[in-house]
Amino acid sequence: MSEERKVVIELDQVKRYFQVGSETVKALRGVSFKIYEGEFVTIQGTSGSGKSTLLNQLGCLDTPTSGEYYLDGISVRKMSKNQRAHLRNKKIGFVFQNYNLLPNTTALENVELPLMYNTKFNARRRREAAREALEAVGLGDRINHKSNQMSGGQMQRVAIARALVNNPAVLLADEATGNLDTRTSFEMLVLFQELYQKGHTIIFVTHNPEIAEYASRNIMLRDGKIREDTQNTNIKSAAEALAALPKPQDD
Amino acid sequence: MNILNLFKVSLRAISSNKMRSFLSMLGIIIGVAAVIIMMAIGQGSKESIRKELSTMGTNLLTIRPGADMRGGVRQDPSAMQTLKPTDYETILAEKKYITKVSPEVNSAGQVIYGNNNTTTTAYGEAPDYIDIRQWEIEDGECFSEEDVKKAAKVCVIGKTVVTELFGEGADPVGKTIRFKSIPLRVIGVLKSKGYNSWGMDQDNLIIVPYTCVMKRIAAQTWFSSIICSAITEELSDQAIEEITEILRRTHKIKEGAVDDFTIRSQAEMMETMSTTMDTVTLILVVAAAFSLLVAGIGIMNIMLVSVTERTKEIGLRMAVGATGMVISLQFLIESVLISLTGGLLGILLGCCVSEFLVPAMGMPSSVPAWSIFVSFGVCVVIGVLFGYIPARKAANMDPIDAIRHE
Ligand SMILES: Nc1ncnc2c1ncn2[C@@H]1O[C@H](COP(=O)(O)OP(=O)(O)OP(=O)(O)O)[C@@H](O)[C@H]1O
Ligand SMILES: [Mg+2]
Repeated sequence: MSEERKVVIELDQVKRYFQVGSETVKALRGVSFKIYEGEFVTIQGTSGSGKSTLLNQLGCLDTPTSGEYYLDGISVRKMSKNQRAHLRNKKIGFVFQNYNLLPNTTALENVELPLMYNTKFNARRRREAAREALEAVGLGDRINHKSNQMSGGQMQRVAIARALVNNPAVLLADEATGNLDTRTSFEMLVLFQELYQKGHTIIFVTHNPEIAEYASRNIMLRDGKIREDTQNTNIKSAAEALAALPKPQDD
Repeated sequence: MNILNLFKVSLRAISSNKMRSFLSMLGIIIGVAAVIIMMAIGQGSKESIRKELSTMGTNLLTIRPGADMRGGVRQDPSAMQTLKPTDYETILAEKKYITKVSPEVNSAGQVIYGNNNTTTTAYGEAPDYIDIRQWEIEDGECFSEEDVKKAAKVCVIGKTVVTELFGEGADPVGKTIRFKSIPLRVIGVLKSKGYNSWGMDQDNLIIVPYTCVMKRIAAQTWFSSIICSAITEELSDQAIEEITEILRRTHKIKEGAVDDFTIRSQAEMMETMSTTMDTVTLILVVAAAFSLLVAGIGIMNIMLVSVTERTKEIGLRMAVGATGMVISLQFLIESVLISLTGGLLGILLGCCVSEFLVPAMGMPSSVPAWSIFVSFGVCVVIGVLFGYIPARKAANMDPIDAIRHE
């Protein structure tokens, strides 16, 4: 692939072992790769292969048992809990499978949340950034809707807006379409492809092998090791796939 | 996150669970109200006793038999018989800093007129007694020195005795009543003074020449006390010195030996009363404060439930960059808000009860301003103290586990 692209994520022999009683569970057994700015990477693998564990490492929620992890050139391994919290706040955007919105809270307030923990943002700038992020995910007209008044797809859009609001170095999604129907899943993929087009770096954990066809790169995990790491030169358009889906039955 | 936003988050959490928040506040409300009411009653009683003692005359001195009892040592009963008529006569003869003196001998018993009777206390006094106590005679007159000399069977009676024996508004002057079967001619009626702050009827008494009580009624040769008035309150100390000197001489107390009598000025009496009241108030307040402790535990309980319920929220906040410190602050503010709101409502309730209900029940009450500030402070402390454990529990959560929590 091409030459002077910026490395956003660099893993060097990252291992993560869990001590369960007297047994050691080796969730990651030495994973190394680099992810460049602007890539759309899917991570696949069977259940228990270590995808979530890997994503927790990438998201600075956890530290490796051994090995090095550099996020935007910063070594994460020796960071304290607080340092990692600040790093997550500035450089990471999370999208969870079950949206994780605050109950009884408007879309705007949900999206503002990460900026609440960033002292550099005052109320006005926070509001502006949140509004922009909501517009970017196509919810510009739902700003003041409460989280419990929205559909699953809309909630996931809010969650994506929340992940984007701090302009993160990387967007991490764990089964972000897992709870959605096919049609809404494709709508979400369209959104992710748009973000990819705009230059966002995306890492997308999924069970669904089909999704790999819409990303630029695919990493396969098995038993805590990388089994395959392939570039996808023929990226399918999610928008076309969505258009090709049978129209929902109207009554 | 800045403090203002943390407050907003906490307020939202409290108001989304109104009933629960209110119930956990209730403990604080009741506790704080109880503390305020107790303090108000304590303070009120103190003030009213003070007022009473000062209307008795601030230059009043009371001489009692027996050494100073404040040490709490038990004394021989014979030590209580040291005040004799010679003491009184010597003080009368030599006094310089004292204007008036009256010995006192009391006897409680039944008083009868016709078919009516009532229980009262006969105070054997000198004629100056009425002036020393700053009392007034409404009808008739007081007995004279002449009556004292003759141990005359005359008396001045209080309003309650008048009502009990003669009926409301009757004129008893000139009538003869019997106290412990001794006939006493009524020569005067005291102006009514009502009840004092201990609930004692100050009009239920008869005043008799002390000689009459000693010889005819109680048959005793010693005084239960001698009271006198110093020229002014400022000269009380000189007056005490003077009396001490006289009594040590008449009692033949050797150099270095302790006095066998005690002289109290009204100022000292007030102080003693205040300390006693303070102790009583303290006990009441401590009892009430225990309910605050229980209320604090209630808040802690609710906060622990709240933290567990919101595990997922905590995980999310941590994932998007909240540090443990900010998370713990969020919950700490929540518990402080609960206890502070409860405290404010408690202060309000306590003040209302102290201002309106307690006086209506006939008890003195006055809310000391500092008790409001103290309650306020205590509530903040309770909030922090009992919010600390739940807050720490939240702060120590692992974001990965927390966010997966169902
Ligand atoms: N906190 C933990 N303590 C002990 N073992 C753990 C822990 N987290 C993960 N594991 C183990 O590590 C291995 C990888 O788990 P992980 O959750 O990463 O799998 P996954 O690929 O995300 O699976 P799925 O597709 O089902 O989500 C599993 O064997 C799991 O049991
Ligand atoms: Mg997983």
